[in-house]
Amino acid sequence: MIYLNDELCKGCYLCVNACPKQVYTPSDKLNHKGVRVPIYDVDKCVKCQLCTLMCPDQAISIEDDD
Amino acid sequence: MQKQEHPHKFMKYLRSERLPHIFCPGCGNGIVMNTIFNAIEMSDKDFDNISMVSGIGCSSRIPGYVKCDSLHTTHGRALAFATGLKIANSQQDVIVVTGDGDATSIGGNHLIHAARRNIDLTVICVNNDIYGMTGGQISPTSPEGSYATTAPYGSTDKPFNISEVAKAAGATYVAKYTTAQPVQVSMAIKDGLQNKGFSLIEVISACPTYYGRKNKIKTPTDMMNWFKQNTITLQQAENMSDEELVGKIVTGVYINKPRKEFVESLDDLIDKYSDIKSEENIKKAYMSD
Repeated sequence: MIYLNDELCKGCYLCVNACPKQVYTPSDKLNHKGVRVPIYDVDKCVKCQLCTLMCPDQAISIEDDD
Repeated sequence: MQKQEHPHKFMKYLRSERLPHIFCPGCGNGIVMNTIFNAIEMSDKDFDNISMVSGIGCSSRIPGYVKCDSLHTTHGRALAFATGLKIANSQQDVIVVTGDGDATSIGGNHLIHAARRNIDLTVICVNNDIYGMTGGQISPTSPEGSYATTAPYGSTDKPFNISEVAKAAGATYVAKYTTAQPVQVSMAIKDGLQNKGFSLIEVISACPTYYGRKNKIKTPTDMMNWFKQNTITLQQAENMSDEELVGKIVTGVYINKPRKEFVESLDDLIDKYSDIKSEENIKKAYMSD
């Protein structure tokens, strides 16, 4: 499962760039600071954890479902 | 709240009450922070035994967000403070986080002499090719022809290659990677932590706010793609001419050649000329007995 912390995200979209499976896509969804946070498709995720390393704002957390 | 139930895997190392951090969107410092934690988890080092030292600059704010003993020192003098910290208690692992201006311009002297002495520090030099905190001035590592606030017609100076400088000065582990390679950076920091001696890991980092804006690579994504296009390995660089190498980022492990460490040499001297063992000295100073 992917958990994206809207309060920490600054909308740099490095996750969109880094994800090898194109899980993240830019969106028009705004957080409380007016940042356009990305949306994600959980079904495409293979849990490689690259986005958790690449997110400069520690906003993404990926956990096993079980 | 759901968000606190599922925090980022490295949130336990961070002073979460200070987040979100001050870095601009897409800044490489956040990625460097992740790689440091990843490297500590991969290595056999105890997080409680780690002290972080930094000077002045954007990257030097990293230790302020990390839940360990941290020291924010004067501009360029991070290595001098870290040397004192390491000699006072050689049991601890000292990580120095420093920027390109901090390490090579203001603290250039400290860098080459810390490397020459081969003191057991792990230096992570976050090189963003510009002075980001003070408004985008040319730094010693800005590529030739790059634009900045102080170089509106392009820089004419030849940039420093920090890794080559450290290698020539006598560092025993030097590696260079970009923030587009977080796994390689983590492995390099892990090797640097385990290396007994001066280790320098140069991380080429993105500064979309100043470097990117002045050089027509405005977004963090563009900067990442720019890194990916211009990154070559040391093996590839061997067969290339100087003209071909202009603007390229040569990544890899520059040197990994251990030699006698500074604190070890000091301990040998103390053992030779004094009756007090150096370990007892540390205990006396910190345990008050």
